[in-house]
Amino acid sequence: MNDRKIPEDLTKDQLLAMYRRMRLIRGFEDTAQRLFENGEIGGFLHLSQGQEAVPVGTCTALRPDDYITSTHRGHGDVLAKGCEPKYMFAELYGRTTGYCKGKGGSMHIADFSQGIIGANGIVSGGLPIITGVGLSIKMRGTDQVAVCFFGDGATAEGGFHEALNLASLWQIPVIFVCQNNLYGLSQPFSETAYDCDLAQRARTYHIPGECVDGMDAIAVYRSVKEAVDRARSGGGPTFIEAKTYRFLGHYVGDPALYMPPEERKAWREKDAIAKLGTQLRAWDYLTEEEDEAMAASVQAELEQGVEYARSSPIPAPEEALDDVYVHFDYAGNPR
Amino acid sequence: MREISYRDALKEALKEEMERDERVFLLGEDIADPFGSAYKVTLGLSPIFGTDRVIQTPISEQGFTGAAVGAAITGLRPVVEYMYIDFTTMAMDQIANQAAKFHYMSGGQAQVPMVMRTQGGPGRSSAAQHAQSLEAWFHHLPGLLVAMPATPHDAKGLLKTAIRLDDPVMFVEQKLLYNTTGPVPEEEYTIPFGLADVKREGTDCTVVATSMAVLKALKAADLLAAEGISIEVVDPRTLFPLDMETIVESVKKTSRLVVSHEAPERGGFAAEVVAQVSDRAFDYLDAPIQRVCAPSVPPPFARNMEDYVMIDEHKIADRVRKLVQGEI
Ligand SMILES: Cc1ncc(C[n+]2csc(CCOP(=O)(O)OP(=O)(O)O)c2C)c(N)n1
Ligand SMILES: [Mg+2]
Repeated sequence: MNDRKIPEDLTKDQLLAMYRRMRLIRGFEDTAQRLFENGEIGGFLHLSQGQEAVPVGTCTALRPDDYITSTHRGHGDVLAKGCEPKYMFAELYGRTTGYCKGKGGSMHIADFSQGIIGANGIVSGGLPIITGVGLSIKMRGTDQVAVCFFGDGATAEGGFHEALNLASLWQIPVIFVCQNNLYGLSQPFSETAYDCDLAQRARTYHIPGECVDGMDAIAVYRSVKEAVDRARSGGGPTFIEAKTYRFLGHYVGDPALYMPPEERKAWREKDAIAKLGTQLRAWDYLTEEEDEAMAASVQAELEQGVEYARSSPIPAPEEALDDVYVHFDYAGNPR
Repeated sequence: MREISYRDALKEALKEEMERDERVFLLGEDIADPFGSAYKVTLGLSPIFGTDRVIQTPISEQGFTGAAVGAAITGLRPVVEYMYIDFTTMAMDQIANQAAKFHYMSGGQAQVPMVMRTQGGPGRSSAAQHAQSLEAWFHHLPGLLVAMPATPHDAKGLLKTAIRLDDPVMFVEQKLLYNTTGPVPEEEYTIPFGLADVKREGTDCTVVATSMAVLKALKAADLLAAEGISIEVVDPRTLFPLDMETIVESVKKTSRLVVSHEAPERGGFAAEVVAQVSDRAFDYLDAPIQRVCAPSVPPPFARNMEDYVMIDEHKIADRVRKLVQGEI
């Protein structure tokens, strides 16, 4: 690892912002876990501790008007694209101030104003959708790009193959970012495909494919940046496999008996946040005191977010009947 | 009689049928140990039968459903598991256009002896893509049979029958029922499809209920009994074939009918019961038939909104009370 070489393609501010976002995601996930274990929030909670470098590296290469789709494990992705913890917590608490007014919960957080088309409870759900987003960009003639985040597990679904084929056929500005965390629920990725070289699979669709170290935010950024530049200038889709790891079980409450302890330990040692922190200090971008101050500010933002959620109004139960249709109420009466 | 959980009852059915018939095998996501499937029904089966018969598939509902259809039409008896009924959407072509149609399309040549186990229902803040009750879709499809057990006893007996039938069966469990317990005989038994069960006898009103709604209806019966109102709870157990005889006999006795399920009201299974009763027992009715179902909205996440749309014993009891007191 060449820690002494200061990146020329990322400014100090950008790097510090990446570092802070990654810590914000880690802190968000740790907090959400605690709240779930306390019984303060319910539903499903799929956490992404360990994977922070992938969404943050990716979204650093995006503009605010670019799009992302995400998955059931979407907190990190949407935070990286710009979601604010307080409205996310409010959603996890089922409050009216949440991104989805309490109707969606963890698996459906979306903020269309920032191009965040949403987390998704259906494995591979975002893949076909991203082709439509890409098509729309092309038809509207803008230079936006669209990133599809998905897990290794989604690559066995039909929708994955259909999406790659369409993206290739239509040459649309889409970047497929597979967060290969080695498991789809309890199943090792290696046991779900004969050939696990995903970048190679993408190349069979004539989509440039690359495998990148998903525990290195800068490496992810560089890989995505190249893809984004190509997509913006009409060069079509790219496929990126980011090798990463889910530090915890599939969801809160999963003892993850299928993940060998040695493997978990080895990946913990590759923690992308610690790595970037070390690099930033080595480049004299961050002092010990600044590091601590940042940790404190992240912590404060999260605590305020939780407070905001707790003190936000609970929806009236009848609000369950709203938002089913645009032109009608849920029973079909015109508005 | 011993009491076991709904989950263990299902597990026993799978185990016994796999022991009885080596053509029976399981197919689905994360079904092998140590994970043993999302709701643990298959936990412990892969060590007994091996991963050649408890086949864990990639996340590929369309793929493994097609595989089951192919295996079924060539002599095997697959039992597939969809982790959530919501994910059957991924496999809809294989379910609706292939499994349900092969026998008919082939002029009776092909048989599709496969069981599609899945679970649905609200109650755990699982939100719009993990808490639906989609049984009406499958009930609507000619060529499919649909079972919806409410008790451990029915779960075991119906699953064993489903596995032995030569038609494709959508077998719909409920996520909050897995931990419920009830009497299940040690000795071998099966329950035929198309035979309703009167879960409680009564005289003032019939409540036809499915799956979780049966448990709510039984609680409503207790509430109403304290007020001197007696309801008869009829559980069809299989939506198709549907035992209308038992339902009609009950309505003739009570002259009032409420139909209840967790699925949204519009176009739900209840509508079919209402139509058939109005057809066959209209003259016996003293009051309009009522449905106690969810409003037709997706399952919301927030706990209080979810509670608001879910049926419960009070909603059933209130409606029965109004009917019996002549307010409807
Ligand atoms: C269509 C569908 N099938 C199954 C599931 C259940 N499920 C949720 S997440 C998951 C594993 C997904 O693995 P992967 O795509 O690798 O994402 P990761 O959980 O590792 O982030 C499964 C099987 C689902 N939500 N949707
Ligand atoms: Mg994965």
